[in-house]
Amino acid sequence: MQRLTDALDFQSRALVLRSERQRLIASNIANADTPGYQAREMDFANALRQATGRGGIGNANGNGDGTGAALATTHAAHEPATVSLRDEPGLLYARHSQDAVDRNTVDLDRERATFVDNTVKYEATLRFINGSMRSMLDAMKSVNQG
Amino acid sequence: MSMFKIFDVSGSAASAQTQRLNAVASNIANADTVAGPDGKAYKARQVIFQTLMMGEAGAAGVQVAGVVESDKEGRRVLAPNHPSADAQGYVTYSNVDPIGEMVDMISASRSYQNNVEVMNTTKGLLLKTLQMGQS
Repeated sequence: MQRLTDALDFQSRALVLRSERQRLIASNIANADTPGYQAREMDFANALRQATGRGGIGNANGNGDGTGAALATTHAAHEPATVSLRDEPGLLYARHSQDAVDRNTVDLDRERATFVDNTVKYEATLRFINGSMRSMLDAMKSVNQG
Repeated sequence: MSMFKIFDVSGSAASAQTQRLNAVASNIANADTVAGPDGKAYKARQVIFQTLMMGEAGAAGVQVAGVVESDKEGRRVLAPNHPSADAQGYVTYSNVDPIGEMVDMISASRSYQNNVEVMNTTKGLLLKTLQMGQS
């Protein structure tokens, strides 16, 4: 049973990550004209590896667990650092190709291309899920059921 | 489902771009307005965008932080016969830069289109997700 649902489990995790990436790119496109906005990007391969428990290889934040750099609290009065988008686990800053006067780092051409790429891959993942569900259902049918 | 948040993100951006387009329309409309009896001509308005965090990771919308008026000096034209001319015979026009406003208009309209496209694509994906397992 475990092996039967393994593929489905993997694909569903991939689908969730794809939708999160879609949201990330949508945010970048939405903030294409916001001064000072820093474009974010997701290391998809690494995020998928972590989501499926196959061991991440560490992200750009330096520590391998992908939780981002946490501030040490060395005194009882220290407040734990609140998590903002700036140190979101697994999220990276997109490399910008051109400097803008307003410090915005969104490259709209690249974001649009990535958006389409992510859309196609989301649909592909959906089809994989539908396919493995169909073959699972077919396998459950008896011989004389057509 | 985290994808529903995209409608909030892109919707907020489209609404912000609409406000920007509105300011541009006001500026272009008032490009040739002269100063009234109080001596103050129309000042070009500009919308300031700000990132708006929307709770979930990576969801960053746009909000309008405010509308600022340009304090650039208005265009002064020597026209002693103009009814609005001051004591020196100068008429003060608004400080709108029509070319800059046109560029701003094209930029706002393109950004608006981008966000609408994002919403349409997302809607298609969500509808396909709804049909999961039915085909």
